[in-house]
Amino acid sequence: MLPPGIDANTFAAAIAAFKEAVGEQHVYTSNADVALYRDAYDIQWGLPGERQVSAAVAPTSVEEVQKVVIAANRYRIPIYPISTGMNLGYGGSAPNYSGSVVIDLKLMNRVIEVDDKRHFAIVEPGVTYFDFYRYVQDHGLKVWIDTPDPGWGSPVGNSLDHGVGYTYMNYRDHFYSHCGMEVVLPNGEILRTGMGALPGAQTWAEYHYGIGPYVDGLFSQSNMGIVTKMGFHLFPAPEAYRSGTVFAPRRRDLIALIDEVNYLEHSGTIGQPNYGTPLRAVAQQPAVRAVMEKVGGPTDAEFETVAREQHLPCWSCQLQFYGAPGVIDAGWAYAKERLAAAIPGATFRDDLSYRFPLTHEQELQIPHKPSLGVPNLEMFRSRSPMNPKPTDGHVWFSPLIPKSGEAVLEAQRVFGEASRGVDVPTLFGRGNPYGPLSTPQTWMYRAFVLISGWPISRENPAQNQRVIDALRHLVQVGAEHGWGEYRTPPAFQQEVVKTYSFNNHALHRFHETLKDAVDPNGIIAAGRYGIWPKHLRDKHE
Amino acid sequence: MNRRTFKSTQWVALFALGGLALGGLDATAAQAADPSAIAAGKAAFEYHCAACHGRERVAGGQMLPATASLALKYKGAVPAALEDRRDLTPAFVEYTVRHGVAVMPFFRKTMVSDADLDAIAAYLTRNNAPASAAAAAKSTAGTAGK
Repeated sequence: MLPPGIDANTFAAAIAAFKEAVGEQHVYTSNADVALYRDAYDIQWGLPGERQVSAAVAPTSVEEVQKVVIAANRYRIPIYPISTGMNLGYGGSAPNYSGSVVIDLKLMNRVIEVDDKRHFAIVEPGVTYFDFYRYVQDHGLKVWIDTPDPGWGSPVGNSLDHGVGYTYMNYRDHFYSHCGMEVVLPNGEILRTGMGALPGAQTWAEYHYGIGPYVDGLFSQSNMGIVTKMGFHLFPAPEAYRSGTVFAPRRRDLIALIDEVNYLEHSGTIGQPNYGTPLRAVAQQPAVRAVMEKVGGPTDAEFETVAREQHLPCWSCQLQFYGAPGVIDAGWAYAKERLAAAIPGATFRDDLSYRFPLTHEQELQIPHKPSLGVPNLEMFRSRSPMNPKPTDGHVWFSPLIPKSGEAVLEAQRVFGEASRGVDVPTLFGRGNPYGPLSTPQTWMYRAFVLISGWPISRENPAQNQRVIDALRHLVQVGAEHGWGEYRTPPAFQQEVVKTYSFNNHALHRFHETLKDAVDPNGIIAAGRYGIWPKHLRDKHE
Repeated sequence: MNRRTFKSTQWVALFALGGLALGGLDATAAQAADPSAIAAGKAAFEYHCAACHGRERVAGGQMLPATASLALKYKGAVPAALEDRRDLTPAFVEYTVRHGVAVMPFFRKTMVSDADLDAIAAYLTRNNAPASAAAAAKSTAGTAGK
């Protein structure tokens, strides 16, 4: 296919220029090669709305990226940069603007620097979390990476899409923990942010701001440039780890539980807390379902009757401690003391305990490897006796809610009612994706995500359409309650951005003003997170 | 563009094609016998595939996800770990990597190069015995697909 509005002769000239920039072997134009850039988890797979690619170009250096961008500007070719293209569930390798040429940065895969005394790294976009981890291990460096789950993406791409991980404090917020970037601007010029603007800077990946306005955010979930290097703050490898779980007996204990865990987390005592409910294990029993799926939700008394009959507490929260052995033991004792005082009847269980470094065999046995900074793909355990035919992938609905028990209970009710009767399987079985047993994800340091996963099928477009309809409804319901998504697949980006509408969409209009100034020909990632260049704005907004 | 809407009948055809190629011996067996290709393929498999398809056991003695999935799918008819299979064909390996299956996405050439893919195929077909491979291909063809 041709990029929209580009004739065959112009496209041929652009392809020739791309080949001159990166070498013929790194320009992909055959149907078979180009098809590999489709989004494997596209909710619009095979439908008219599916995002297509016209060609792909894979530079191996920042100089080649510059040449490609300059050529794209000359011929007005829409381009779409990807790092490793593994943002599956949130867009993959396909562009928002169908027909764009993908700029595939996978071959820019150097770990440029890792410092385990000052605890930072600088990497290129094609480095995966697996690569990064191997580099640290192979060089015996005393730092941890913070990896998402799964770990096949890249630190650069993941952080630019506001991806998240599982260890300690702000290391889990991958954009927050980045420090400094190199960007090829739409005119082909190279920009270095923060301290990187100082020639010969000694602290590029250590001090965020440099001098003057801080602009790094303009390049995340955005289309103002192509990021070719990023710095990251790294977690000093701890000597030890332990975890323990607190159980709260009553439904409304969730309020005190979250308040206390917030204190422990925000004061640095614990890493990521993992909320759950033991009732999940019996949720498919007909008597339990009858209560939990009641219209309007169960009363507290009904909820607690189920728990009492099942001899289970209502809530659990696993706490994770990182650091010196004596310190983390004291941290767990302190946490139990506070929680026991705040929640009458709370009970506790000691869980895991590790001293580092681990042997390979010990590492294999870690139940959730990202909690210890180890990338893996174990989340793809999708086939089971209960689910013999796995899905073709998934999309995520990811609304942010406040870190309070009141907010969780309210969001359970609101999203439970809003998704009631949706006729699609959920990612992990059948039934309502939300309900009184939904518990929040805690990747963000200062907010919860009440996430739900939705299946895609490459053979059932009608089901995909029902998912699209359901998620569009949930986006609106969430926004009406002040809960916005932190990240969303391209099929929903326009609508989600529209919900961030304070003062007549002042923030979105500001983004558009910047886009027009920085990228007047509108070549880079048109439409990403709802930011369209001026010449396409009327057609797409 | 619905190239990945791959029906079970097509999987049968692909397996049959692989079986025929193996039955004819020659190219597949010769390629699989090249020690350097097999060594390169083992390294490429470990880099690109083993995190899902490896033999190692993880917490609780569980298989890795894709190995566990194939164990459920084939119910012992063929080994769950790809490295232990004797019925795979290069064409099948290459098709699967470039087209994906279920939750496994397809992989671009900047991720798994053609050279790496050839090497992986050589590694995964290294133990094929032509006659038994053809028979095995027939035995699994009926359960192939998603």
